[in-house]
Amino acid sequence: METTLAGHAMETLPHVTWLGVLIKAVIILAVISAIAGFGTFIERKVLAFMQRRLGPMHVGPFGLLQLAADGIKLFTKEDIVPQNANRFIFMIAPIITAATAFIALSAVPVFPDFTIPEFIPLLGGTFVPSIAADLNIGILFVLGMMAAGLYGPLLAGMSQANKWGIIGAARTAVQFLSYEVVTGLSILAPIMLVGSLSFVDFNDYQQGGIGSWLIWQQPVAFVLFLIAGFAETNRTPFDLLEHEAEVVSGYATEYSGMRWGMFFIGEYANMITVSIIAAVVFLGGYSVEGIGWLFIILKVAFFFFLMLWVRASWPHIRPDQLMWLCWKVLMPIALINILITAIVILL
Amino acid sequence: MGLEQFKNRNVGTQNYTKLDVGVKPATSMDQFKQVVKRTFKGELFVGLWVTLREMVNALFLDKMHTVKYPFEKMPISPRYRAIHDMLRLLESGHYRCIGCGLCEKICISNCISMDTRYDENQRKEVTEYTINFGRCIFCGYCAEVCPELAIVHGQRYETASEQRASFSLFEDMLTPIDKLNLQQEYDGFGAVSPNADANIKKTPLAY
Ligand code: SF4
Ligand code: SF4
Repeated sequence: METTLAGHAMETLPHVTWLGVLIKAVIILAVISAIAGFGTFIERKVLAFMQRRLGPMHVGPFGLLQLAADGIKLFTKEDIVPQNANRFIFMIAPIITAATAFIALSAVPVFPDFTIPEFIPLLGGTFVPSIAADLNIGILFVLGMMAAGLYGPLLAGMSQANKWGIIGAARTAVQFLSYEVVTGLSILAPIMLVGSLSFVDFNDYQQGGIGSWLIWQQPVAFVLFLIAGFAETNRTPFDLLEHEAEVVSGYATEYSGMRWGMFFIGEYANMITVSIIAAVVFLGGYSVEGIGWLFIILKVAFFFFLMLWVRASWPHIRPDQLMWLCWKVLMPIALINILITAIVILL
Repeated sequence: MGLEQFKNRNVGTQNYTKLDVGVKPATSMDQFKQVVKRTFKGELFVGLWVTLREMVNALFLDKMHTVKYPFEKMPISPRYRAIHDMLRLLESGHYRCIGCGLCEKICISNCISMDTRYDENQRKEVTEYTINFGRCIFCGYCAEVCPELAIVHGQRYETASEQRASFSLFEDMLTPIDKLNLQQEYDGFGAVSPNADANIKKTPLAY
């Protein structure tokens, strides 16, 4: 795999320095946090429009400053730790969610590579790569990190000495046991086709225009991955961890202030990650030259919108239904899909 | 939105749509068939289409539901029982109240208090008339009992106040004399019904 990369990329691209990676990490943190915050605003607006409401309107033009107002509110709220909770675990659980979400983002391509212009002092001439850590097992790493992110809700629910929290934690376990198989198996078929686990290889594989997108070869895997991705990010048909109507707020019941906010930053960062993976693996990703980067932003935006759209439209399912769906329906389909792909490759 | 829906108080004449809930599958084969049918029927996409259609309706076809309340207000039913108005005679501009005291008598929460005297023409004149809106339950009896259609329920429904007892004086409720031409005849609670003339019959005592 290293050779495929080295074959064409290493000669044309400048050397990646630790400074470039550091700058990239800061950019990802800053921009994705901002987008995650903005995502909450977009979500409220889109949901409102779909219900023919106006959404936030009064703080700033079109309610744009509502974001700032919410941020101020979250930061100034009291940070309550319940009396019988396990203090340490209770306090680090939200950090696990947010941190793993951003660690996962370090291995996916976000924004184009660029070189900082020479005239800027200190940093001039530094090459900033599009992927902070271009691992040759990028997909495995990202999926693993997002799976590890579920320790956040799990530990949060168990540590807070609250029955709703315990139920939320139990549901986390149910959810985790259900979709993780489908995620892995669904993405296995494209991996077999491309023969690599690196996002760059996936991207290069589909550079021949829309016709070469993997979605045409692997429509079943695409749908399966999308379903599993919704479960992975706790989005609506599978938002059983914190469904208000049933378990108050699930694992987040006892959280307040910025710790509560961190769960949401993590969730939105995960939504962006899943959108990027879906766009790169199935929808042709980005192309390096010209405005090719605009297209991946459009694709990611489409997936993001799809998540909000689905939330506005569909009811959510019960935990047992999620297990039933994942183990009895989606996993067999994924296996059959892999089998057929393998046979086609062998022929 | 028009007022027709508000005015239709005949329960049962509206067009109710009965939902077709279908039949519950009895055997496992039926269940299986139902699963297959639902899987391939694309109902989920119907759901997606509905929300997208509503979004287009709201954004581009001007069908937003939201009423920005303090800035915009919905029309309310003429039968709505809000803060009272005292009406004037259209011709002379004199207040209609004849000081009969029926409203004070019938008020079930005892919140109307009035005082009258004979003026120089030996006509009843209202000297004091207050309603305590801290007690009023807006039942509408006063409007219904008034023989002169003098006290009616107006359209002012924003009645929050800083104190429990909030008295409204006769002059405050009375139509301002310069707005007399704007005074609407009351067609709501206690008003003469539209077909009142047709309903008039000779009483058996009319001989
Ligand atoms: S509406 Fe009822 S309670 Fe209020 S003043 Fe009239 S009779 Fe009294
Ligand atoms: S019932 Fe009518 S006319 Fe009689 S006192 Fe009350 S407001 Fe005046």
